[in-house]
Amino acid sequence: MTDHETLQRRATRLSGLEPLVITPELGFVNIGERTNVTGSARFKKLILEERYEEAIEVALQQVQNGAQIIDVNMDEGMLDAEHAMVTFLNLIAAEPDIARVPIMIDSSKFSVIEAGLKCLQGKGVVNSISLKEGEAAFLEQARRINRYGAAVVVMAFDETGQADNAERMLECLSRAYRLLTEQAGFAPEDIIFDPNIFPVATGIEEHDNYSVEFMTAARELKKRFPSSHVSGGVSNMSFSFRGNDLVREAMHSVFLYHATRAGMDMGIVNAGQLAVYDDIDPQLRELVEDVVLNRRSDATERLLDAAERFKGEGRREEKDEAWREKPVAERLKYALVKGIDKYVIEDTEEARQAHPSSLEVIEGPLMDGMNYVGDLFGDGRMFLPQVVKSARVMKKAVAHLVPYLEKEKKVGDKKGKILMATVKGDVHDIGKNIVGVVLACNGFDIVDLGVMVPAEKILAEAQAHDVDVIGLSGLITPSLDEMVNVAEAMQREGFRMPLMIGGATTSRAHTALKIEPRYEHGVVWVKDASRSVDVARKLASPKNRDDYLNTIAVDYQEYRQGAAAKRSRKPLITLAKARAKAYQPDWSSFRPESPIRPGIHQIDAWPLDDLVGYIDWTPFFRTWELAGRYPDILEDEVVGETARSLFDDARAMLDRIVADRWLTASGVCALVPAARDGDDVVLYTDESRSEVLERLVCLRQQADKNSENLCLADFVAPANAGIPDWAGLFAVTAGLGIEEAAKRLPEHDDYADIMLKALADRLAEALAEALHAKVRRELWGYAAGETLPNEALIGEQYRGIRPAPGYPACPDHSEKTKIFDLLDAPKRLGMELTENFAMLPTAAVSGYYFGHPDAKYFVVGKLGHDQVEDYARRKGIDVATAEKYLRPNLGY
Amino acid sequence: MNLNWHDPDRVNLLQAALAERILLLDGAMGTMIQAAGLSEADYRGRRFADHPDDLKGNNDLLTLTRPELIAQIHRQFLAAGCDLIETNTFNANRISQADYALEECSEELNRAAAELARGVCAEFEAENRAKPRFTVGILGPTNRTASISPDVANPGYRAVTFDDLVLAYQEAARGLLDGGVDALMIETVFDTLNAKAAVFAVEEEFEARGARWPLMISGTITDASGRTLSGQTPEAFYYSVAHAQPFSIGFNCALGADQLKAHVRALNRIAGTLVSAHPNAGLPNEFGEYDESPQAMAKVIRGYAEEGLVNIIGGCCGTTPEHLAAITEAVQGFRPRALPGAQAA
Repeated sequence: MTDHETLQRRATRLSGLEPLVITPELGFVNIGERTNVTGSARFKKLILEERYEEAIEVALQQVQNGAQIIDVNMDEGMLDAEHAMVTFLNLIAAEPDIARVPIMIDSSKFSVIEAGLKCLQGKGVVNSISLKEGEAAFLEQARRINRYGAAVVVMAFDETGQADNAERMLECLSRAYRLLTEQAGFAPEDIIFDPNIFPVATGIEEHDNYSVEFMTAARELKKRFPSSHVSGGVSNMSFSFRGNDLVREAMHSVFLYHATRAGMDMGIVNAGQLAVYDDIDPQLRELVEDVVLNRRSDATERLLDAAERFKGEGRREEKDEAWREKPVAERLKYALVKGIDKYVIEDTEEARQAHPSSLEVIEGPLMDGMNYVGDLFGDGRMFLPQVVKSARVMKKAVAHLVPYLEKEKKVGDKKGKILMATVKGDVHDIGKNIVGVVLACNGFDIVDLGVMVPAEKILAEAQAHDVDVIGLSGLITPSLDEMVNVAEAMQREGFRMPLMIGGATTSRAHTALKIEPRYEHGVVWVKDASRSVDVARKLASPKNRDDYLNTIAVDYQEYRQGAAAKRSRKPLITLAKARAKAYQPDWSSFRPESPIRPGIHQIDAWPLDDLVGYIDWTPFFRTWELAGRYPDILEDEVVGETARSLFDDARAMLDRIVADRWLTASGVCALVPAARDGDDVVLYTDESRSEVLERLVCLRQQADKNSENLCLADFVAPANAGIPDWAGLFAVTAGLGIEEAAKRLPEHDDYADIMLKALADRLAEALAEALHAKVRRELWGYAAGETLPNEALIGEQYRGIRPAPGYPACPDHSEKTKIFDLLDAPKRLGMELTENFAMLPTAAVSGYYFGHPDAKYFVVGKLGHDQVEDYARRKGIDVATAEKYLRPNLGY
Repeated sequence: MNLNWHDPDRVNLLQAALAERILLLDGAMGTMIQAAGLSEADYRGRRFADHPDDLKGNNDLLTLTRPELIAQIHRQFLAAGCDLIETNTFNANRISQADYALEECSEELNRAAAELARGVCAEFEAENRAKPRFTVGILGPTNRTASISPDVANPGYRAVTFDDLVLAYQEAARGLLDGGVDALMIETVFDTLNAKAAVFAVEEEFEARGARWPLMISGTITDASGRTLSGQTPEAFYYSVAHAQPFSIGFNCALGADQLKAHVRALNRIAGTLVSAHPNAGLPNEFGEYDESPQAMAKVIRGYAEEGLVNIIGGCCGTTPEHLAAITEAVQGFRPRALPGAQAA
């Protein structure tokens, strides 16, 4: 075993949510002292007045200021210390920024310590136990602590009293060490000695040597017990200088400087308020050193005399504007990385005057800054929202330079020119805009054709602008076919530039199987914005392009072969067999409720502030390519900071959207008599159920599996069962007024623009959720008593479902036409469907309601040719059209 | 407290096997029970025919009402080559059983499950004396979290206390030890404070009996964040339970073998004890079912063995005897993870 391993094995391993491994390399361990009612008057007041939220802030500041452990002490006569300890520990356990560090439970009462230990999931520290009450009590306490799993601070105290000189300190602590390791099962590294730090410079001569005694003891303890630690409460030593923070901080700093050299490796300190030894006024340092090291008999008087002169406020945490002092290029870089636009115009102007041409400002400091941003993003050290903010700063700077550029009539060398478009029939552009911004940030020239762009226009513009790459985006299923169209047209017209494919509905599978074979000059699927830069760089580089495209072509070829092999491995069952395995509810035990208020209901301008509570934030973060569940994502180790900043911006904009009514959220729904007929849901004109209003044509799972092969129609009672059942339809939008709202945003601000669209999407989903709740509770009314918090709604812990065409249970977007027609959505709400059934405004949801208690979301999955034929027949369309609508689901 | 092994011979047998090869823990009891397609009446049996609450889904109760079914599942896993089988006691504690108003059966459920599993192991040992089979008494996570508030509006609230958990776990451990298990395993730990209460309870029980049993601990990483539900990293989790001096430390459930690997690697780097893993059969598909094939899973597990990550491997949700048979084959011939301290010795 090497030395390194030896050290590792003896390291003290504590934990909060994250590990704290104390090795010699870690250096001095700061233990935050401010969450202590005996040491902090402010904290005591907060706890006594039960102002726990502010008390939590104190803990948070300690951690932010560098405390690696926080000490919590509730020993105060006026307090039920056990109760206060438990309350506070449970509260900070819910704050990941605090709970990430281990907790030190500080009390002189063992019952308080034990109550605290019962709240810690991590391995904390007990502060403290001692031999004050004799060996038996000491051992009993130590064994119990060991059973809870914690390290322990032992105080230099025994049956005869508290130790105040090195000899006694060593006597008490060596004895405690032996008992702990030999009889209580403690590992040496879980033992922390507190030899006692007493006040010095009190005017009492016997106190003058206290610090020296501590250091002598520390040195010897570390020698005898190298795996154990030496700690102490530092602020105690300067007690006699209360009110003079400058002198106190100097004393602490000097004490620590020498004590750590003696072997003290942990300490309870005010983590935000430690002076740097070298920064202390040399004169003061000298005086303090005399006191701490007890170097002369008049040290105390001399320090007292001088103290008045040094009376100060102590160190304050400075507002960090230091970067403003740097040269202009550095300032621009800093502003770009941090996304600060406050000074960018003046800095850009300063740079312009210092450079021979405006172009050189762009190609020099600004691009240097953006390249740095690009590198950080590439390394995963910056995240998308930050990059978009950087882009905002960049755009502002460039906008300032444009008039000069035009005068100078020079065009910069770009890395390449990329055409971006959302394909015909599709209106979704959040993802495309993000990619556009990211690429622009990385020096690409972007030609953005917007949404619903037909193939002919893409081809014509690509030629007109002589672009290097074409990028296509789409969100809805029919866009996949449209991308194939574009690829075929490019092949036909003899194009040679490569094609990039992206967007939520796209996949490597579809690109490899359906698009790439149609165009011979390169098709690359790009998973997300962060990958787009690398791909675009390679595609726009004449040197790398061919090699890269060859690699991709081989990769896709292999994928196709693999996919073919896979398809033949998992056969589907026939439609007839699947139908025989339909889900069959027991209609004798469940009687569908009739709606309290059947028919059509229109809700205009649902109050936006009411919808805010229904928002499911997790998909919002996904839009920005931040992975994780809300609210945990806000505390995520990697993206948490970015997520919080993004969330703050989102809440701020949401407040404006709500307060100034930027958007209008409206919806319409209908509850209609319904019955199952095979795989269709038949809707009737009225309760006589004699005239068919419409047939909702549904799809059935054909996978070969043990459980039922589901179809949405299964959740509705069959016509011949003689049980009157019901179903619902809905369409909602929160995008009314979004164009006007966009005009209120600052110019050149893609960040705000993307944010607005993403929030409108969330509000539309929230409205769908809110309306569904209203339907369940009031309109249909089968769940009148339901009260669920938003988390439960997001978790879909309610009865009934609201599947939407285009989603996994009913993947055919074209069924939306029936919903729109029956609800008269275009006239009532101003909603429209494009030729490929994308909804306008884009922030919209439409779908069905099914109320059966067993109704659940499922994935239809792959379909056999027999079902597609049957489906086409039932819908009255030809098979080729049905195949187009169901492209990703075709299992043949 | 230095207690001796309750049964040093059995522990020696276990350690000898562990020194030689990677041992196989069994697969998913729940999945196998689900496949049996039982009805409410099956769960009730005769004894609980008149119980006022619904009992369907109380899988632990089947130990009493359908013992032959449970025994048969154990047999299938043993026949697939498993060295260790887990008792059917995942929810056999007073806190979880309260959902069915069967708190008072907790100890009995544990004892009966332990006896049943031990009996089946004995059958197999009688047939092949060269291959010892071990019964691992399972202490599940319960259905409450001790360090997380279920009420977002009230983050300081706790639905269960440490003391409640200690009582429930001690009762369960008592039943398992009385029933003759070879080892205990605190598993699917989503909240480390629950596990610490279990450790506390088990230690109390050991002290009362004046002897100890191997105590295995296995946490669960709930999602791609790489943390436990209660927010700990794998390292923090291990350090938080290291005071139990666990016989093995590991992860199970929540993720498939592929996704779990990085977290098992983290344990492999730091653990001063044996390392175990029993992942799910992949991630749940759109139906919430686990459908990774035995071959696919075994292939990934083979990677574990190649890297020398584990001493004990098994399966959680979705893993059948076929999976375990494939895994048994896949890890054959690979050396187990080097035992800590082995080089120094």
